[in-house]
Formats: sequence, structure tokens, C-alpha cells
Amino acid sequence: MGKKILLDKINIPGIKTYQVYRDNGGYAAVEKALTMDPDAITEEVKTSGLRGRGGAGFPTGLKWSFLDKKSGKPRHLVCNADESEPGTFKDRYLMEHIPHLLIEGMIVSSFALGANSSYIYIRGEYMWVFKILERAIKEAYEAGWLGKNIKGSGYNLDLYVHCGAGAYICGEETALLESLEGKRGNPRMKPPFPAVSGLWGNPTVVNNVESIASVPWIVLNSGEEYAKIGNGRSTGTKLISASGHCRKPGVYEIELGLTVDEFMNSDEYLGGMMDGRPLKAIVPGGSSVPILPQHLIFKTAEGTDRLMTYESLADGGFATGSALGSGGFIVYNDTACIVRNTWNFARFYAHESCGQCSPCREGTGWLEKVLHRIEIGLGREEDIELLWSIQSKIEGNTICPLGDAAAWPVAAAIRHFRDEFEYHIRFPEKIKNRNHFVDEPFEKVKHMLQKQSI
Amino acid sequence: METKSTNYKQTINFTPELITRLNELLTHYPADKKKSALLPVLHEVQDAHDNWLSVELQEKVAEFLELKPIEVFEVVTFYTMYNQKPVGKYMFEFCSTSCCMLRGSDDLIDYTCVKLGIQPGQTTPDGMFSVAAVQCLGACGYAPMMQIGDYYHEHLTPQKIDQIIEDCKAGKIIIHDK
Repeated sequence: MGKKILLDKINIPGIKTYQVYRDNGGYAAVEKALTMDPDAITEEVKTSGLRGRGGAGFPTGLKWSFLDKKSGKPRHLVCNADESEPGTFKDRYLMEHIPHLLIEGMIVSSFALGANSSYIYIRGEYMWVFKILERAIKEAYEAGWLGKNIKGSGYNLDLYVHCGAGAYICGEETALLESLEGKRGNPRMKPPFPAVSGLWGNPTVVNNVESIASVPWIVLNSGEEYAKIGNGRSTGTKLISASGHCRKPGVYEIELGLTVDEFMNSDEYLGGMMDGRPLKAIVPGGSSVPILPQHLIFKTAEGTDRLMTYESLADGGFATGSALGSGGFIVYNDTACIVRNTWNFARFYAHESCGQCSPCREGTGWLEKVLHRIEIGLGREEDIELLWSIQSKIEGNTICPLGDAAAWPVAAAIRHFRDEFEYHIRFPEKIKNRNHFVDEPFEKVKHMLQKQSI
Repeated sequence: METKSTNYKQTINFTPELITRLNELLTHYPADKKKSALLPVLHEVQDAHDNWLSVELQEKVAEFLELKPIEVFEVVTFYTMYNQKPVGKYMFEFCSTSCCMLRGSDDLIDYTCVKLGIQPGQTTPDGMFSVAAVQCLGACGYAPMMQIGDYYHEHLTPQKIDQIIEDCKAGKIIIHDK
């Protein structure tokens, strides 16, 4: 049984409520933090090696240390709960089942940063979770953990939950801030970074739900203890959300360093494949990270065991590796069509592009259209090279990482499953009857596509 | 340019209860940053007006928040959760992204559409049901799934869809829990 620090209390009946959470040690980290020097808390988080759990993996303590504390402007902590990456549903689980853990983390982190008004920005679709958080925040105010002069410390904090309205791009931190200011979620150019000019131009730290929820444990037990968990630079535990063709989809907390094999096949975690069918591929970190084919899932290119760590999953770069990302672990069995899956991802990114940069606005739509025609049996011989060319021109050429996120899955699918694309193009009659999810009848679509030059 | 919603009539009704809630939302932001309340305000106003926002209603929101109408229009057209034309009382929003697709969402959407006699994006003539295929809803481990109002319905099967439709007709499905 792996160490649990986020979900260790999840099965306690009533843990969603303030009183049960408090009776089980809740808010002890706030009590301790209020007696500490705020900078010492940041040092503990630095020592812990905690890395941002939203996908980028940037060291959390280092991010905090960039916050401009000398400007004299108000400072803010904004929790990024705009979880929208396909395959990822871990933050929802945490907020839904143990909302006070996030609130406790927000209070401790806000205190460390000297923030007096903080926000949890949650995706609009999670409306029932929004209401759970609102209720929990109200309880925390009533118990004196929020508001003015918290527990006689002289520290004031107001915490609000703010809902988005359906836009994946708002998971990007500067797009999130734009949205929180009541605007379209168009990412901002960086620099300036939010640590200098964030919400309403004030110094701001944006952290993921899971990162913030890890802070109370670090404060209570020390950064040094946290750093002892995990493997190398991948310290601590990580929530992994598993989906697809595995036997037990769901949210799991693992110690970083577990082997992929154990995570996939042990009964404590995924329990192997659904219906006993062969494993074909996985996407280990949400839709944006490269897909790994069967022969690279359990072993790295060098033949060592592949581990659930930032480093091991990325071993060898994207030619033979992937990324831990957000921990959205998608499992594919031998019936999964990689072309169809890649088209599905491309459609997602084309839909979610904010349209601000040309390579992303035009490129994601172009990828989607070419993949669509290959998928429905109208692909051309030159399409694979065309896809490669388009994705290579998106990657690294946009304001925010959405362009990269759209390009990487396409590149990896071609790199590892080129034969499937060729099969679709060379034997269209074999796949025509699989024309699912096209709003128009197939013949009409075919006619439309033949008239286009895409 | 005429927008689609001008083809439909909508009764605008800012009740005292709604205004109280909107004013409470404004307290979450600095007094000079009223615009920040725009997204939550639009959610509240849409919920109170049959789940859609006509141009006239958007103008009313602009007036309430002391914004230019264009500032509201550009937000409403950017985010997918704001409806610019009337939708059914029960809006079935099926997740159609990869993990749900792997677990059969395409077939389930087809099944529901055939059963209701509509295509994705359409509403039944009686105004009861709309069906939409949407992007990832963050329920990948509980696929296939759909959202109705504030709530998720997960691990769907054709039998569960049948039951949900019956429950909607009987008024048993909660859309918003105020």
C-alpha cells in the first residue's frame, strides 16, 4: 500500500463537512502556519521538491519565491481548478470529496504569500462541485478560519470560488486570469509573468488544486519529510486519473516512483485490462502528452523499468518517451483505432483554440480536417507528411502551450502508429462503415470534402 | 449585424431574488472591478431565464454591470456554456471526447438521437429535450456520461438513457439545486 497524503482521509464518513474534517486533524496546518514566518513556509515548500501538479511540473516553491513582494500592491493566490484536459478528472475528485483540504491549503499558501484575497477558479461544468466548495468556504468562515484576524493572528483572508463557463484554454494561467477579470480567455504574452503582474495587474501566484492541497501536509510534516517520498526529483505523491480500457478506472494516489507495470496490473490500482484484451497503448499524462505504444509502456528505450515519475515517463524525449503531465492515464486495448483517437484529440484542440495566434487557430483546424478525412476513408497518400508538416509548424510558435498540446499527440501517433494511418489511406473500403459521429450522411461529407482543398 | 437570438422572444425578469444574488456576487471582487463578476452573473441570469441569453438579456446584464454591451457579447460568444438561442428544458450534453468515445459515447449519442427523433444540436418540437455533443467534461473514468443542468450522469447505457428520459418526463430529474 503506497503512502497517501491527499486521499488518506477520503473514506471517513462525513469528511466533506467541516466538523468531521476538523475532528480528524483538519486545519492543524493553518494553526501551525500562523505561528511561522511566511517566508519559512515558502522554504519548506521549496525543500519538499513539490512540482506543479497541473501538468507543467514547475517547482511550486520556486514559483512562490518569484512573487513580487516589494511593489506595495495587493497580492493574490489563484487556485487553478479549471480541469479540462481529456483524461484528467483528479481535481474534481479531491474537491468533491474533501473540499476543506483545498481550503486549508489555500489559507496556508495565501498566508505564505501575503495574499489577503484569493480565488478558486473552477470550470463551469463542475457546478455541483462549485456548490460543495461554496458550502465548505461558508463553514470555514463561520469557524473563524477565513475573514478578519484569523484566530487572533492579525492575518486577514477572503476566499472566493469563481466559476468559468466552458473553455479549456482557461486552464492556461494567464487565460484564467483574463477570464477571472470577466473577459475572453485569451492567454497573455509573458513576460510579465503573473508573479509580477497577474490578477488586475497585481502580483499573483496561480497553482493547481492538487499542488495547493499538498501544502498542509508539508507544513505539518516538513518539506524534508515530503522529499523522502517519491523518487529522485519526483518527490511526494501524485493523483492519477485512469480511464479507457482498464479494469478499474478511477482516481488513485500513488507514490511517485511506482513502476508503470505495477500501476497497470496490480489489484491495488488498475487491475489489468478490461475484458482481458491485449494492451495496445497508453497516454500517461492527459491528452496533450505523446502516446506510448505497447513496447515502450513498461520499459524505457534503454530497457529499464519505466516508472511513474516525471523523468522516467519522459525518458529519451518524445521519440521514446512521454510525460507525466496532469496524470490523466488513458489505456487503449487492441480494438482502439489510433487514427480515430488522434482525430478525436485534434477535434478537441481545434474546438478549444482561443483563436488568438494564427498557427494555432489555423493549424489545429487543419490537423482536424486532414485527420477527419483519413479517418473516414478519404485520405490521400501525401496526408501523413502534410500532418507532420502542420504539427511541426504549430509547435513552439504560439503564445501559450495549447499549440504544443495539439501538435504532440499527432506527432507521436504518426511516429509510433504510422502503419495505421497508411492502412486508412490505402484501404478506405475497410473503414467506411465506421463512419460514426459525422453529423452529415457519409456521401454528403464525401462530396463536401472533395470540393475542398484542405 | 443581426444575431440569431433576435429571432426568438425572451421575457426579461430580474426578480428581487435574482438581483440580491447578483449583488452578493459583486461583493467577491473589488468595487472598481465589477466586470470580474461577469461570468458568474451570466450563469445566474441564464439559469433564471430558461437557460439561454438573448441579445436583449445580454444588454440588460451590461447595464447591470455598467459595461458596454460588446463586452458582454464577446464573452457570451467565447464560452460554450452560454446558450444564444432557446434550448430544451432538459439539455443532454454528451461528452464525445476520447475516453468517452472509447467507452461507446458515439453509439449512445446515436441511440438517444434516434429515440428522441432529433440530431445533435437540435431540440424536440415540444421543447422538452435538446441533445448536444460537447468536449471533455472531466468524467473520463466514469464514461460514457452526459451533463444535465448542474449534474453529471455517468456510466451510461441505453437502458439508463431510457430511464433518464422517463424520469425527465415525470419531472424527477434535478437540473439546478438552488
